[in-house]
Amino acid sequence: MPMSDTTSTSSTGTPTSPAGVGWFSALANPTRFLALSGRIVPVLAVLSVLVLVIGLYLSFAAPEDYQQGSTVQIMYIHVPFAWLSMMCWGVMSLAALGTLVWRHPLADVSLKAAAPIGLVFTGLALATGSIWGKPMWGTWWVWDARLTSVFVLFLMYLGIIALTRAIDDASRAAKAAAIITLVGAINLPIIKFSVDWWNTLHQPAAVFRLDGPTIDPSMLWPLLIMAVGFTLLFFTLHLTAIRTEIWRRRVQAMQRIAARRAEGRTR
Amino acid sequence: MLDLYLRDLKLGIRAGGGALIGILFFLAVVTTIPFAVGPDLNLLSRLGPAMLWIGALLASLLGLDRLFQADREDGSLDLLLLASDRHMLALSVLVKCLAHWTASVLPLVIAAPLLGVLLNMEPVALGAATLTLLIGTPAITFIGATGAAVAVTLPRGGLLVSVLILPLAIPVLIFGVSASYASVTDPAPFLPPFLILCALTLVFAVVGPVSAAAALRAAQD
Amino acid sequence: MTHAMYVAAAYGITAIALAGLLLWILIDGRNRKRELARLEAEGVRRRSSGATRS
Repeated sequence: MPMSDTTSTSSTGTPTSPAGVGWFSALANPTRFLALSGRIVPVLAVLSVLVLVIGLYLSFAAPEDYQQGSTVQIMYIHVPFAWLSMMCWGVMSLAALGTLVWRHPLADVSLKAAAPIGLVFTGLALATGSIWGKPMWGTWWVWDARLTSVFVLFLMYLGIIALTRAIDDASRAAKAAAIITLVGAINLPIIKFSVDWWNTLHQPAAVFRLDGPTIDPSMLWPLLIMAVGFTLLFFTLHLTAIRTEIWRRRVQAMQRIAARRAEGRTR
Repeated sequence: MLDLYLRDLKLGIRAGGGALIGILFFLAVVTTIPFAVGPDLNLLSRLGPAMLWIGALLASLLGLDRLFQADREDGSLDLLLLASDRHMLALSVLVKCLAHWTASVLPLVIAAPLLGVLLNMEPVALGAATLTLLIGTPAITFIGATGAAVAVTLPRGGLLVSVLILPLAIPVLIFGVSASYASVTDPAPFLPPFLILCALTLVFAVVGPVSAAAALRAAQD
Repeated sequence: MTHAMYVAAAYGITAIALAGLLLWILIDGRNRKRELARLEAEGVRRRSSGATRS
């Protein structure tokens, strides 16, 4: 979680926990997390909108590629999504470690909240990629190494989401999802490598190269700014989704209490 | 450990005919494909290794959800977990995987050459495909154990296991098929993909049981 | 210039998908908050509800 600036939580410390514990364990208290993230989310949201607007302006002002014409503008959204689709799995793997190793109570909430966002980002990387591919390569889809491995990543996000939704018990679902996420993280490089191998075997000539040898600075800057903007957007969405998930668990806990109380009354 | 292996092997062969159903499924898949692509023998011999591999992949996924479920139902899974301070749980899982593989996947590998003859495959390709299946299918079982362990408490986990495991099994499929093709097509060498396949099996033999053991423990408490 | 159409389509899909994701997260959050408020109004208390005015 991107919270290096939260070391000052001791000032808002509740009497139940000693002041001055590290920010990492301070975040373990959901109530304090809600209070803190409630302040951070608006700032992040404004920042991400600002950076995205600047990035959009720059990317439309950027020069057209002499080969690819105006379609190069798709790059400014496609490439950040491709990066973020992998970064999201990284965030989820960290959260999985948090669940399994440190037993951080918010880690599994973070994992569950990140998966749908990662799914949408990966889907967008695929969709914009194939829209870019149509005018450039003349086809919506090729079994190119990169496309294929991103597609596998997409399937793995779907699997994780199906898993987290299939198990009712929250802590059990959390551990199962964490294990699968980590196994997936180990497997992703293997899949990438094997797909590369498979692709060179089937298409010996690398006809389809997305990027030229180097990228011009006039295009690199808008791309980087867009990437930063989408990263900020990701964390905004992620934090908001975590807050929602905390509320959902509270509602469930309270419903259980209410049900138990109603049961006691009738007895 | 040997006792566990023998016990699982006996159960797998005897009880419910799970192994037999796996072979039947494999047969059914492989015999359906010619109806889909047409009876052209040249085409079939070209597609042969791929068909054998896909059939074996699906058939070995089919029985996986029973790997821990049956043990959970009769309580022996709890015993395994209790004994985990004497025997490493991951090791027990590894042994269970091996027994499962011997009972329900090894027959598929043995049946593969017969089906290959029906598909008009060359003898060399036949041998190569069987060899890659022999080396590669344990990897699917090992990695599938993770999925089976995760889904062990779910009432209808079988489908979920396949969804979770298929993406992870893609590398095995790629190298298995490319090694079997490499034995017949000339320029491509056979050894590199085959050795990578062996490496994959060894890696999964570590990753699979360890994560499956972790998942089983997590499902218990 | 049909290329502009492809660019527009890419940006359009992105906008739609992101808006959908944002709306889903926001609406989900609002509904959960509302449920929480309703349950609290009914007098259901969690163990640590003294500190949970969120």
